[in-house]
This record gives sequence, C-alpha cells and structure tokens, in this order.
Amino acid sequence: MQSPSPQPQEQGGHHHPEQWSWYHYFLYNTDHKVIGIQYLVTAFVFYLIAGVMALLMRTELYTADPDFLAPEVYNMLLTNHGTLMIFFWIVPAAIGGFGNYLVPLMIGAKDMAFPNLNAIAFWLNPIAAIFLFASLFFGGAQAGWTSYPPLSLITNNAGQSLWILAIALIGTSSILGALNFLVTIYKLKTPNMQWDELPLFCWAMVATSLLALFSTPVLAIGLIMLLFDINFGTGFFRPEMGGDVVVYQHLFWFYSHPAVYLMILPIFGIMSEVISTHARKPIFGYKAIAYSSLAICVVGLFVWVHHMFTSGTPAWMRMFFTISTLIVAVPTGVKIFSWVATLWGGKIRLTSPLLFAVGLLAMFVFGGLSGVTLGAAPFDIHVHDTYYVVAHFHYVLFGGSVFGLYAAIYHWFPKITGRMYNETLGRVHFVLTFIGTNLTFLPMHNLGLQGMPRRIAMYDPQFEFINKICTYGSMILGISILPFFFNMIWSWSQGTPAGRNPWRSLTLEWQTTSPPAIENFDEEPIVWAGPYDYGVDTQTFEADDPTVEEILAEVGQEMK
Amino acid sequence: MTTTLDASQNGAYPAKTTAAVSESHGEHGDHRVLGLMTFLASESLMFFGIFTAYLIYRSTAEVWPPEGTEVELFLPAINTIILVSSSFVIHMGDLAIKKGEVQKMRLWYAATIVMGLVFLGGQIYEYTELGYGLSTNVFSSCFYVMTGFHGLHVFVGVLMMMGVLWRSRRPGHYSATKHTGVEMTEIYWHFVDIIWIILFVLLYILTLF
Ligand code: HEM
Ligand SMILES: [Cu+2]
Repeated sequence: MQSPSPQPQEQGGHHHPEQWSWYHYFLYNTDHKVIGIQYLVTAFVFYLIAGVMALLMRTELYTADPDFLAPEVYNMLLTNHGTLMIFFWIVPAAIGGFGNYLVPLMIGAKDMAFPNLNAIAFWLNPIAAIFLFASLFFGGAQAGWTSYPPLSLITNNAGQSLWILAIALIGTSSILGALNFLVTIYKLKTPNMQWDELPLFCWAMVATSLLALFSTPVLAIGLIMLLFDINFGTGFFRPEMGGDVVVYQHLFWFYSHPAVYLMILPIFGIMSEVISTHARKPIFGYKAIAYSSLAICVVGLFVWVHHMFTSGTPAWMRMFFTISTLIVAVPTGVKIFSWVATLWGGKIRLTSPLLFAVGLLAMFVFGGLSGVTLGAAPFDIHVHDTYYVVAHFHYVLFGGSVFGLYAAIYHWFPKITGRMYNETLGRVHFVLTFIGTNLTFLPMHNLGLQGMPRRIAMYDPQFEFINKICTYGSMILGISILPFFFNMIWSWSQGTPAGRNPWRSLTLEWQTTSPPAIENFDEEPIVWAGPYDYGVDTQTFEADDPTVEEILAEVGQEMK
Repeated sequence: MTTTLDASQNGAYPAKTTAAVSESHGEHGDHRVLGLMTFLASESLMFFGIFTAYLIYRSTAEVWPPEGTEVELFLPAINTIILVSSSFVIHMGDLAIKKGEVQKMRLWYAATIVMGLVFLGGQIYEYTELGYGLSTNVFSSCFYVMTGFHGLHVFVGVLMMMGVLWRSRRPGHYSATKHTGVEMTEIYWHFVDIIWIILFVLLYILTLF
C-alpha cells in the first residue's frame, strides 16, 4: 500500500496528479505536505552547515591561543553559526516543517487556509539563505547573532547589511507562516472536533504563531533601523546624534526572547504527541498543557529585559523582570510534570522517538534550572556573557529543541515516507547524541562560573583543560549525525513498509495512508476517540486486552 | 463516542461560516479578510516598535525636537484632513458595492486614489521644504523613516485601489455578494489612516509641547 489511491476529483476544484514525483519537491508547490518536507530538508542542510561551523570553532578553542582561525573568521563563524541554527534550522524545521506537515492532517483538513502564501513563505527561506551566504563572501557579519550596535555599526558593513536583509526575509516568512496557521486552525478545524479534542501539537502551534505574529515585526523594524544607521547615516543607535544603543537591545529582545519560545513551544507540542503515544497512556493534564502554552505565550512577551540586566538597566526594571522571568518558569514546569506523570506507569516502548523525548526531558529540566538562576538579576550580573549562558542556551536549544526535532523525525518518519526507519541505528544515534551533548555543554557551566567570557577565540590558559573536554564532546556530536544520516537515506528507499498506523496512534494523521494522499484523506477520517485516549477507549489495540473483571481484580489487588 | 467527520467537506466549507461560503472562490474557503486582519495586527507592531523608540528618544532629549529640526504644522494638518476624509470616501465605495452598484464604487475608489496621491504629493513637497535631512540628528532620522515608511504603505494602498479599478472594469467581477477584494482594500486603507493619526500626534502635536 505504498501509493495513495486515486483521488476522487473535486467539483471543478484543483486537478492534481495522483502522486508527486521527486522533482515536484524542488518546484513551487502548494501542497502543505510538500512544503513541510521542503522546509525540513532545507533546514537540515543549514543545520549541517552550521554544525560544521561549530566544529571549526571548537577546534579553535581546543587550545588557548588563536592558532587555527583568524579572529575575524572566528567571529564570522560565531555569528553565522547562531544565525543559521536559530533562524534557518530550528524555527523553519519545527514551525515550517512539522507545523505544515502535521497541522492540516491533525485537524482533518485538506490543506492550509492559504496554500499559495504558504509556498511563498517557504521560498523566502532559500532566498534569505542566498543573502546570508552572499554575506560570507564579504567577510560575513561578525557582531554575533544579536548584532548589538555599536559593534554592528563598525564591523564589516557590507556583510552586516546582507545579514540584516537575510533576517528580514526569513522574518517575513515566519510572519506569513504564523498567520496561515492561525487562520487554518481557527477556520479549517473539522467542525466536529471540539477545541478540547484538538491535538496538543496544534495548541502549541497556536501559541507559537501568536508569538511569531506579535514579536517578529518588532525585530524587523529594529533591524531596518540598524540598516539605515549603517548605510544611510541615520542616528537611531548613534549616541553622538541623540540616538541610544540600548533601544536596539529592547527592540531585539522584545522579539528574541519570545523567539526562544518559538523554538521550544512546537517542540513541547511534539513531546505531548510522542510521549503519550509511546507510553500508551492518556496525556496527563490535557487542559493544563494546552493552557500553559498560552500562558507562556502571554507572559513570555514581558520578560525580555532579563537579557539586559547589565545594560545599565534601572533597579526597578531588574526587579520587575526578575519576577516575570521566574513566573514564566511555572507554566513550563507544569508541562514537565505532565509529561513525567504521563510516563509514570505507562506501557513504555523504548523506540527512538521515546528515547529522544525522555532525553529531552532530562536535558531541558537542566537547562530550565540554569535559566531560572540566570533570571535572578543578582546572579546574572556575575555570569552574564560568560560560558554559563552558553551552557544554558545549549541545554535548552540542543537538549530541548534539537532532541525534540529528532524525536519528531523518527515518530513521523513512517507517516512521511511510508517506511520504517532502522530502530538499532536510531538508538545508536540517540546514545551518541546524548553523550556528546552532555560532554560538550555540561563543562561549560564550570567555565562560566570560573569567569570565561563567551564569543572569544583566545582565552586564559587556565581554562584549557575544560575546553578540551568540550571539544571532544563536540566531535562525538559530529559523529552522531552519521548513523542518523544513513538511517534516513537508507530507510527512505529500503525500509519495511509502515502501513497507516505503525504506532497505533489516535491522532487523525494516522488514519490516512502513509504517505498521505495528495489531499490528505481519501476516506472520511473518524474521530473514534479523543487524541490521547489510549487504553481507555472502546477500541482495542492489544490482542490480549484484559476483560473488565480482570481489570477490577487488578485494581482490587493494588488497593491492598 | 464515535463521530463521523466528513473531511471532504470541511476543508472547503467550514460548516458554521455560511457567510464565507457565499463569498468563496473555488474550492478553498475564503478566509482572506481574516488573514488580512491578522497580517495588519502584526504589521502594526512594526509601527509600535519605532513609535516606542521615538518616545524613548524624546524622553531622554533636552529639547524636542532639537534646534534646527523644527516641523511645520500647516501643510501636514491639511494632509491629515485629506487622509482622514478619504477613509469616509472609500467607505462610500464599500456601501455602493454592497448594493451592487459597481460604477458608483469605482467613482468613490477613484476619488480615494486622488486623495491618496495628493497626500503623497504633499508629503514629498514637505520633504523638499524642510531644511534638514535624514542624517541631521535622531529626530530627523525618526521623522523621515516614520513618515517614509508610512508613505510606502499609502503608496501600496493606492496600488491596491488601482487594482480594484482595473479588475472591476469587467462587469460581474465584483457584485453585491462577491467583493472580498474591495473590502480588503478598504480595511487596509483604514489601517493606513489610523497609523497616520498616531504618527501625526507623535511627530507634530507632541513637538508643540
Ligand atoms: C525556564 C525557562 C527559562 C528561563 C528562566 C531563561 C532565562 C534566561 C536568561 C535570564 C538569559 C540571559 C542570560 C544572560 O545573557 O545573562 C537567557 C539566555 C538565553 N536563553 Fe534562556 N531561559 C529559559 C528557557 C529558555 C529556552 C526554552 C530557550 C530556547 C529554547 C532559551 C534560550 C536562551 C538563549 C538562546 C539565550 C542566550 C541569548 C544570547 O545572549 O545570545 N532559554 N535565558
Ligand atoms: Cu530570554
């Protein structure tokens, strides 16, 4: 059952070929599933490039002297590594990739509300990438992914300007994507699906889209002002003309703090799907998880100054933003507890998606805790701009977002390709990644506490030992990609056919063929249960399901 | 509970939104008005960003606007009146198309285009009259970038109205029940108008105090 069965043609609507050929994936295409795959694959390519940049930097940091890369090159790699990872990998893969692929399927729709806008939003990505890679030929932007003035005003203007254009384009893409998701979920949700039957991934996409919609334009205007300062002589961030560099920081972080939630909220959604499915248990606290996404979205708009505690921020602001930052950790904690409670006592299958999800739990809790310490202004003043911050955000971004993306790739691989991946290779990949991540980033906490500043190619020799450990860890991470890569390539063409629903999952995307037909459902999808009603519904998946008497007897046993 | 969902229907016509059905083009439901509103909500945050920056600059400056970069009030006030009234004019066009009177709608839209162009002309004239440029100080930077960015929006609005005129030359393209494009143009124009009012307060009125 590989190919989707022929489509019943619609009343004079579109005429699609029955199945997409390989070259359709390289062309302008409005099918949300094609667009989703386009996003995922291009984003993954950027991930590899950014990863190579990171390995080059770690090689430089192996010794205290800057003997491997020129300082400008180091700064260029540093800036573009962060930029690619954040703007070209995690955001497009999580939101553009899985969001596009899954949302219409999960809500039982044929496509997104604005298919053409969707395609345009995708194609802005490669165009933005062209600008970014063009900037490298001019020496690249070198002021860090945050591009604070005055540094960004005085270093490599050409590279910096192209960088700004790239980010403006990709920001436009994410605004267009966000509005598409909101309208799609609001308008195209199959009418019989109640709001409290909406899969949690879709709730997460609602929260993500709201954030993207309201924060990205503020970054855009900040960058436009920077562009004007660099090229047209305006004085927004030039104190000698009455401007103010801190205004840039406000505009930047008003976007970029919510941006960290852009990168984690979809992953939270993925977690809820993966954990519940592979633990064979109803999700614990559906409403708590759904509403905590919205709470994060609202509170997350009012914490940005925690990145600016050392920017001459007045005491009352430090106090306010310390409090709001600590508050935002609460809804995050709610989710963590819900997932742990879901796992508790579940029939856990140690598949690759579940392994990555559990690994994510461990690492994200750690990163969240270091985040809380950073949120407290008195502590942050000491470790701001040290490796402690680098350790924090890699625990949440690598241990959180990237682990979540891997979990999602394994979980939906059978749906997207129609074939199973190789479980052994998947587990090897997990073990290597888990060890590599911790070895690379755990010691960085120590480096930071001992006072090693971030964003430098040359450092004090006393830090050399710990830096060597980090570099070894990063090499393991580099190697860990290989089993993943071979697994994907090989399984895509050679894996055993997966069938519609290899995981026995309850969300709607598993009711159609794998890969799904071009307009998703060739039969009517049936909401046979809530999305997470594992083991409580009338439907039996396990052949040896106990009878009611047996269950009662078992419960009675437990009571004693 | 077992519910049967008919996905072949809901993708195209959400059951509860009958209004959208009557205006829909082709297979995918017509959600463009909602899409536009969402987009404008986002777009307004862009203005919000620079407005806030402007207020911060103002609050830290000793004199505002700094000496030598004063603004003139008479012409912008006339421009404001023109732009604000154009919102009523375009609304007349909307009322007309709702009654199916395409020709009247075209007249009202043409009038709005003229008003928009007069506004832009006035803006450019003002630029040439002011004795300072983009890079004089932070006030002048704000002044030109804010009005210029808004002017760009006005220009896009004019293009959209011209698009409506062009499409409506063919009878039956828009009708009393099918006129999403007309409606969207109007909504966008109101947005541009509202932004201008805030901008006028910030750049002109607030400099009086
Ligand atoms: C429990 C929730 C969290 C809290 C309380 C928190 C708090 C903080 C604070 C206070 C800083 C600023 C440190 C400094 O520069 O001195 C910071 C930096 C950062 N955080 Fe978090 N964080 C949390 C979760 C996350 C998540 C989920 C992500 C991303 C997925 C993230 C990504 C980052 C990044 C990228 C930076 C560094 C930005 C830079 O300066 O380059 N954080 N965090
Ligand atoms: Cu933050």
